[in-house]
Amino acid sequence: MKASTAERWLSLFILPSLNLLTAFFFTALILLITNVNPIEAAHYMIQGAFGSQEGWGYTLYYTTNFIFTGLAVAIAFHAGLFNIGGEGQAYIGGLGVTLVALGLSPYLPALIVIPLSIIAGALFGAAWAAIPGYLQAYRDSHIVITTIMFNFIAASLMVYLLVNVFAVPGEMTPASRSFPDDIKLWQWHEFMGFFGVDFDSSPLNISLLLALLCCYGVWFLLWKTRWGYEIRTVGANPDAAIYAGINPRKIWVLAMLLGGALAGLVSVNELLGVQHRLVLGFNAGYGFAGIAVALMGRNHPIGIILAALLFGALYQGGAELAFEMPNVTRDMVIVIQGLIILFSGAMEFMYQPLVRRLLWRWVRAGA
Amino acid sequence: MKRRLLGLAISLLLPTWAYSAEISPAIVYDLGTKFDKSFNEGVSNGAKRFTEDTKVEVREFEPSNDSQIEQAIRKMAKRGSDPIVSVGFSQANALGVVAKEFPDTSFTIIDSVVDQPNVRSVTFREEQGSFLVGALAALASKTGKIGFVGGQDIALIRKFACGYEQGAKYVNKDIEVFQNMTGSTGAAWNNPTKGGELAKSQFDRGADVVFAAAGGTGIGVYQAAKDNGKYAIGVDSNQNHLHPGTMLSSMIKRVDNAAYDTFKAKMDGTWTSGIVSLGLAEKGVGWAVDEHNEKIVEPFKEKMAAIEADIIADKIKIHDYMKTNSCEY
Repeated sequence: MKASTAERWLSLFILPSLNLLTAFFFTALILLITNVNPIEAAHYMIQGAFGSQEGWGYTLYYTTNFIFTGLAVAIAFHAGLFNIGGEGQAYIGGLGVTLVALGLSPYLPALIVIPLSIIAGALFGAAWAAIPGYLQAYRDSHIVITTIMFNFIAASLMVYLLVNVFAVPGEMTPASRSFPDDIKLWQWHEFMGFFGVDFDSSPLNISLLLALLCCYGVWFLLWKTRWGYEIRTVGANPDAAIYAGINPRKIWVLAMLLGGALAGLVSVNELLGVQHRLVLGFNAGYGFAGIAVALMGRNHPIGIILAALLFGALYQGGAELAFEMPNVTRDMVIVIQGLIILFSGAMEFMYQPLVRRLLWRWVRAGA
Repeated sequence: MKRRLLGLAISLLLPTWAYSAEISPAIVYDLGTKFDKSFNEGVSNGAKRFTEDTKVEVREFEPSNDSQIEQAIRKMAKRGSDPIVSVGFSQANALGVVAKEFPDTSFTIIDSVVDQPNVRSVTFREEQGSFLVGALAALASKTGKIGFVGGQDIALIRKFACGYEQGAKYVNKDIEVFQNMTGSTGAAWNNPTKGGELAKSQFDRGADVVFAAAGGTGIGVYQAAKDNGKYAIGVDSNQNHLHPGTMLSSMIKRVDNAAYDTFKAKMDGTWTSGIVSLGLAEKGVGWAVDEHNEKIVEPFKEKMAAIEADIIADKIKIHDYMKTNSCEY
């Protein structure tokens, strides 16, 4: 084995796995302290997430959201920006989806309205990200601060719209009226049924395919196109990029636009796929979890798919765990998430010196 | 006709069969936390009381996002839980779907209406309770200015505000009512610091009674009232005990009874579906008088009793914000 391959294995597989195991180890300790058998808990979680078609359905449905938000963070990260605004971008994306789905459906057939509303979701998300992007590029305000603030503005705006504009009179729920029956994405079980395969009903829908397509798109863009090269160059060193004839400001705005569009697609899964109407707070923390997903996935589409699957399984398995073992609260999932972020984000390189030494010894012995 | 009569006969017989049946009740809570000192906790208290009375355990689940709600209700139903209480208006859609899949299971939804043959929908006439505490606030106010602090700015809370304003204006038509909402996100239910600030700003503008319909945020409002020597009015549960002396009263909403009654009725075989609207007459809403505020409210009791009687007799018409999405009356 060559030294460079060893390094690659180290950073791509060995360290993330070790970090993950450490996080699970500490979770087990916490469970022990709270008088819960960690093996039994792990059994319920794994069984819940992967043990049935329904479990898989929910896991992959969450995964879809995490892929979108993970990519949204990753693409900005490649340009050297920390996009914390996935939450708000997803929320505003929902506004785009809803406006098109409700507004155009009386005039156009569903086959045209659905793609248009998907595009609107992406455009609205992109527009929401463009403002912090512009402010960062041309007005020197820090993207972390502005994207966080834009999450709050998005939340306020959406509540205002839901309570004052979209609300159905006489209804308690701050939600828009339902989309027409034909304005929705194929549920996975319908989709599989088309091929004659039985699949239990779950919120999983074909936006999972859209998410995977986006993964490929992001990979292609970043590593196979000029724009991608420019994004990565700016991210590596904006000053050097200027000497290479790249305008970092434009690239920052571009990266934020793309990130916002990807985050906006969460609303396609949530609204067109599952809720079929605009509801309050459908973005439920997926934007923030996307940061952890991108971090764990090393900002690479393949890594993001794996990390998104892990987080999807944690969400679904965690719900199952809370259901089966009443003395484990649902907050345990947040604890596990926190530990994963702690070990694979903040303490990412804790094991590096040790593992590297062992690895080198092994490589030398092999040579 | 004959068949219908037969059906009627069977349905009359059914309760007696169900009487001896063991029930396995379940609750799916509203988003947020079970121990919110108000809405969810009220339901949880009802369940606890039921368990103490009957030794029947209640299965519980706290969902953390919208899609878990449907999942949880379905799972409860699949496991044979019956009846299942679905807490909060945000569960209406999910319950509508699941109730169809399990026509033999009984469901109860609190705070919303689901029109299915196996669902009992329990709603509260918050406008009546708020009207009462609004009237009480106007009676107790010396400055002719009172305040309202809401949680998240949604229609339900505006319904509280609207009833409160009407009650106050009924007693004193020149009264000024300051209204503030704590925020626009779910975090507004749990922000006592901001609640306290809002209350203080209302005191600074001359208010001397403030009503908080804001979940956990209310804690800050009541504290501010205590610190400034003004009156505060609690919400949902009886919160008079929090600061005896400055808690004027609480507008109570008996969500605990909604849960308890559903379980008990199912056990006794008297559970029915349909809409149950709990107002003043049904003691579903009201204003709390106990040892902590008895002395303060003593002078207003007579007037309040008269207003209560008039509301029950429908002599006072209270506009419901939800009907028109506006507070014009």
